[in-house]
Amino acid sequence: MIPDNLLYAKSHEWCSIDGDVATVGITHFAQEQLGDLTFVELPGVGDTFEAGAEMGSVESVKAASEIYAPVSGEVIEVNESLEDAPEKVNEAPYGDGWMLKFRIKAAPEGLLDAKGYAAVVESESH
Amino acid sequence: MESLATTPLTDWHRENGAKMAPFAGFDMPVQYKGIIIEHKHTRAKAGIFDICHMGEFKLVGPGAMEALNRVVSHDLTTLDPGKCRYGFLLNQSGGIMDDLIIYCLGRNEYMLVVNGACRGKDFDQIRASLSAGPVLTDISDETGKIDVQGPQSLAVLETLTGIKWNDLKYFNFEATDCLGFPMLVSRTGYTGELGYELYLPADKALTVWEKLAADERVEPVGLGARDTLRLEIGYPLYGQDLDEEHTPVEAGAGFFLKKESDYIGKSGLGTVRQMLVPLVIEGRRTARHHDEVCLPSGEKTGIVTSGSFAPSLGHCVALAYVRAEDAGTERFVIKTARVELEAKRTELPFYKDGTARMKV
Repeated sequence: MIPDNLLYAKSHEWCSIDGDVATVGITHFAQEQLGDLTFVELPGVGDTFEAGAEMGSVESVKAASEIYAPVSGEVIEVNESLEDAPEKVNEAPYGDGWMLKFRIKAAPEGLLDAKGYAAVVESESH
Repeated sequence: MESLATTPLTDWHRENGAKMAPFAGFDMPVQYKGIIIEHKHTRAKAGIFDICHMGEFKLVGPGAMEALNRVVSHDLTTLDPGKCRYGFLLNQSGGIMDDLIIYCLGRNEYMLVVNGACRGKDFDQIRASLSAGPVLTDISDETGKIDVQGPQSLAVLETLTGIKWNDLKYFNFEATDCLGFPMLVSRTGYTGELGYELYLPADKALTVWEKLAADERVEPVGLGARDTLRLEIGYPLYGQDLDEEHTPVEAGAGFFLKKESDYIGKSGLGTVRQMLVPLVIEGRRTARHHDEVCLPSGEKTGIVTSGSFAPSLGHCVALAYVRAEDAGTERFVIKTARVELEAKRTELPFYKDGTARMKV
C-alpha cells in the first residue's frame, strides 16, 4: 500500500506532483495506525506553509495527531468533504481521502520515494 | 517489561487480524475491522467480546451473606438466588476500590465479578475483611467469560444453546449444562444493548467463541468499541471514571447505595468534593482523558476522565470530575492539547435508544 508514483514525508504525508500543483494526504500506514478517523482539521485556501510546518490535525477514536506540509507553497484547494466524512481517509487515503492541493513555489526537497518510505514504515512497525 | 497474560482466545484474535494492546495485564484485542464498524454492528445486530481478563471469585459457606454484606455496598439481604446486582467495594474512607457485580448462586453462595486490574487487591481486601467461616476462592484462571451483546443477541444465544432464553430478565441469570459443561448465562452487559454475559470453563471458551463467531449475525468486537459503547450509555470505567480518590456518590452512582446497614467505607460517603458530570461537545472534535475542564470564566474546575467521539451520536461526549459546587453549571470549557472546546452539561444516558432493558 505504498504507491510507486508518489513522494512521501517521514511524518507520513504523501504528495503527488503535477506541474506546480501538489496533491497531499496522509498515507495508508498513517490511517491504519490512527484507526477510524473522526475529525480532520485543514487550513484554508490561501494559507501558505513552509515544508515541515504543521498544517492541520487529525483525530481518531483513539488518538490525535498533527499533519505537516510536505512541500512549501500556497493552499489552492481543500477537500471539504472530509469535514463530514473523515472516514474517506481510512477508505481511500490516496484517492477520495486526499486533503489539500498546494501551488508549490519550489521543487520538493527531502521527500522519500516509495522504497525509502517503505523503510520508514518497516522501522516503525512492530 | 513484565510479560502479558493471555486469554484462551488470544491466538484466535491474532489469527483473525485483531490489533492487540495491553489491558489489565493481558494481551487484548483493541479492534478487528475497525472501532466504528464494530460499535455500529453491536447496536444493530450482535457483537461478541472476549472478557476472559476479568476476575471472578466465589464465596461459599456458613455466614457468607452476613459477612459479605458488611464488606460491599450491595444489599445482599434482598438479593435472591438467580439474581445479580451492581455495586462497589470501598476503602475505609469511601473511595472506590472496585465496581463489581455479585451473583447470588444459592444460600450463602456468591460469585463476585471484578475488574481484571483490581483482582489482587480486591481479593486481599475482601479476605481480610471476612470473618472465619465462609471461604473465598479466586476462580478467575479457570473461568472464561464471553459477552454477547446487541438486539440480536437473544437469537444468537438461542442458536448456540438450542434452548429459549426469553424468560430471563435483566440482571437475572441461569446456570445451564445445555452445551455439555456448566455455563452461567447472565442477562447483563456493558453496552446498553440487550445482551448476555456467558461464564464458562476457560478450556471451553475457544469452542464457544468459534461457534458464535461463525454466526452470520455476529462480529467480534474489541476493547476500542467496548469503550465507545459503554461511554455512550455513561457506564463508568474503573481506573478512569472510578478510583480510590472518589466515592460512588461523587461518581453519580448514589442510586446504587440504598443499603441501610453498615459496610466498609460507608461513613465516608457524606463527603462530596467533586462530582462526575456528563458533557456533550458539539462537533467531531474530541476531549480526552486528562484534559482540563474550566468554567466559562477560565477558572479550572476539573478533569475529563473519559472522552470520545460517539459513533451512534455523531459528536463527542465526555465524563468529567468537577468541583461539587460547579456540578450544576450548564456550560464548561474543555482545554485540549490543541483547542478549547465548549461543553454542555447533559443527563445520562448520552445514547437513549439502547435495548438493554427491552422485553423479549
